[in-house]
Amino acid sequence: MNFSSLIIIVIIVLGGAYFLGRNRARTVSNQGLRMHSLPGHYGALMALWTGVPALILLLTWHLLEGPVIDHLLITQLPAHIQAADPAQIQLAISKVYNLAAGTGLAPDPSLMPAVEHLAALNERTLILNSGIALSLCLICCAVTYRRIKPALRARTEMETIVNLLLLSSSGIAVLTTVGILASVAFEAWMFFQQVNPLDFLFGTTWSPQVALRADQSGSSGSFGAVPLFAGTLLISFIAMIIAIPVGLMAAIYLSEYASSNVRQYAKPALEVLAGIPTVVYGFFAALTVAPFIRILGTDLGFDVSSESALAAGLVMGVMIIPFVSSLSDDVINAVPQSLRDGSYGLGATKNETIRQVVIPAALPGIVGAVMLAVSRAIGETMIVAMAAGLAANLTANPLDSVTTVTVQIVTLLVGDQEFDSPKTLAAFALGLVLFLSTLVLNFIALKIVQKYREQYD
Amino acid sequence: MIDSSGTTMTTTTLTTREKVEKSLARRRAAETRFRLYGMASVFFGMLCLVVLFTDIASKGVSVFQQTSLTTDILLDSRYLNLNKDSKVEEVRFANFEGLIKRHFAKSLQPKSRSEKRELFKLISPGAAWQLQELLLANPDALDTTISIELLMDDDVDQWFKHDRDLTKDEINNRLSEQQLTWLNQWIAEERLDSHFNTLFFTNGDSREPELAGIHGAIKGTLLTLMVTLLLSFPIGVAAAIYLEEFAPRNRMTEIVEININNLAAVPSIIFGLLGMAIFINIFGVSRSTPLLGGLVLTLMTLPTIIISARAAIKAVPPSIREAAYGLGASKNQVVFHHVLPLAMPGMLTGTILGMAQALGETAPLLMIGMVAFVVDVPGFINDPSTVLPVQIFLWSDSPERAFLERTSGAILVLLSFLILMNATAVILRRRLERRW
Repeated sequence: MNFSSLIIIVIIVLGGAYFLGRNRARTVSNQGLRMHSLPGHYGALMALWTGVPALILLLTWHLLEGPVIDHLLITQLPAHIQAADPAQIQLAISKVYNLAAGTGLAPDPSLMPAVEHLAALNERTLILNSGIALSLCLICCAVTYRRIKPALRARTEMETIVNLLLLSSSGIAVLTTVGILASVAFEAWMFFQQVNPLDFLFGTTWSPQVALRADQSGSSGSFGAVPLFAGTLLISFIAMIIAIPVGLMAAIYLSEYASSNVRQYAKPALEVLAGIPTVVYGFFAALTVAPFIRILGTDLGFDVSSESALAAGLVMGVMIIPFVSSLSDDVINAVPQSLRDGSYGLGATKNETIRQVVIPAALPGIVGAVMLAVSRAIGETMIVAMAAGLAANLTANPLDSVTTVTVQIVTLLVGDQEFDSPKTLAAFALGLVLFLSTLVLNFIALKIVQKYREQYD
Repeated sequence: MIDSSGTTMTTTTLTTREKVEKSLARRRAAETRFRLYGMASVFFGMLCLVVLFTDIASKGVSVFQQTSLTTDILLDSRYLNLNKDSKVEEVRFANFEGLIKRHFAKSLQPKSRSEKRELFKLISPGAAWQLQELLLANPDALDTTISIELLMDDDVDQWFKHDRDLTKDEINNRLSEQQLTWLNQWIAEERLDSHFNTLFFTNGDSREPELAGIHGAIKGTLLTLMVTLLLSFPIGVAAAIYLEEFAPRNRMTEIVEININNLAAVPSIIFGLLGMAIFINIFGVSRSTPLLGGLVLTLMTLPTIIISARAAIKAVPPSIREAAYGLGASKNQVVFHHVLPLAMPGMLTGTILGMAQALGETAPLLMIGMVAFVVDVPGFINDPSTVLPVQIFLWSDSPERAFLERTSGAILVLLSFLILMNATAVILRRRLERRW
């Protein structure tokens, strides 16, 4: 009996409890007593009390079980492994798991006590776990059953529990933010223990190679992130050069000039651009746009790198067009018609009205939209991971190859890694910078857009 | 437009009306230009869309065809060391590859060792597997001569589909003169032909391009999305109900709201870092599984779902609520019996769009180990697997031309899934959503 079957059993019991409670309430009310709530409420209350505590217990148990068992296993490992570094211990533990699962590994006699211990532990936790969960289920069920009396305010109690469940659901979003901040900040803190934050933020050499052995010299790795920031900004800048004018003009055209027929089809068609997965753009940038730019540039006599910032930036710009256009469209539409009418009344043409009345009025909102788009560009990963290079060049030449923060996070973290090397931790430090910068951009942008939307309401 | 610092002569000789009329042509031209810029922008966006689609479609359509060679081959029981009662394991270990090599060596008589090697290279390793499957399905075929369409190597496949009308010098291919002679001979005998490529839809990943398929990735995607949907829909709807109907208007609620809006704009890669640090390191969820992918994508799509669900609840007019209150319903009854059912179509539409977003997401899944090379098709949510976008990312790195074609083919499949989901959302919105 494993975790998922336990959950299913609890859910079945929960269903049964509903009918039990409802029938009980009906029996009581058939005796001529006037019940506070409808029979269904008593049933639902029974079901909630039966299911929710047991499910919460099962979930917490399941999440905490792994680390606890690992901890208990370490004590059973041979002394020389216990004394070794964490990576060795981790290796030994995964070996123990594989041996216990019987995956054809050559048995290691020194690990056998741990393997037997694991088997015993697994058996014991399963019995304990299912025993506690099911008895909790039944006890809660029985207690609630006894409580079904005409005076029990079943509906009120049920609604309180439901409201608590709703509240905790909305708490998950907050927990996510806290989780992101805590995890990224913790790992980044570990990184800054080993690398000076000033060197990280202002250093100009990025080569995250770390010595394989402790006594090896010469390649201690340098973590100056300035080339990464510069690369990110360069690519975002190229993207914005495309996205801002095109997106803004498209929004103006669609909201001010286009007939409703054109608008009806053109707007969703543009938004398709935002719905295409970024990995598709990455593929397009790396295999179609980059070679095209390279051939074009070489014909014109430029020296173009095969992974130029230009290719990644251009394609990213195309991806961002709909963000700029649909957000600007919203703010342009929010400018009241009376402003336009006033301008027409003074004899201005449509384009003068747009340029001198509508745009200035919508400017804060447009700035907000652009900021959101910039934050999108900075955080974009797949296009740059596929089309931009890995070379951390500090350059402003768009034909050169640059690397970005997100590309480095991906390269540092994809594949096998140990969790205490500065190389891995550097990715989290970069993640922290990325998270904070996009957070600030989004926060300000959302404030501006929100404030602006209310202005003319 | 009006030049106020003009010379005395013009200001005295021209009335305002004349000045306006004079400038009119220029202003009208500016108007037309401005309008054209707008049209050009919209047109540019559309053009990009068309170029993107045609580029990928032109690269990917050929993946749906696979070249094979019709051959009559004797399933020699003595060579294979099998008999009619052989067990499944014995058939699995029988030397079908050797049988195929012997067959071609006999029929084409290659002269030297290197020629032999070139000949064998034309046939995919998958051909042996085809024979094995055939014999497993039909044990009576042993010792008979059967006609079978043997799978060809990816170089042959590419040549047959794209380059066979070109001369040797034009072909950027690894095929030798001798190999081309054999291939042309087969074409002349009408044995080499291409058919619909079912393997692409039934196989998992493989190092051999002609054997690599997207079944594993599609199954992984479906499992991951299932986990995401099962978690994010109830949680998202519950959170939206709370925030819209029950939350007191205070500072706490405001923080939660700002938080959700900001979370919707956090780069997706950050969620990968979160998944790595929390789910893998603290809770010990195993890497590369749809369960882990689903958890990470749930956190990522939750804000989208909450925001759209809130909009749907907001759209239900207050009169409905008031009518329900008037009939004596409690707050919860109003919400669950009246508001929620009416808001459901809008919520479903938002959820489908959130799922579409999750379907195309790649970056966070790279962090949590879904880039592993997985050949097996995952059975359930705790088997190692990959997803379609990650499979595209992996294949796009391979230098072989056949993998380029497969990448584009997988993109076409991914895009058709996305179009399907978005179309469903649009239809659902048109059909069910009520305007009050």
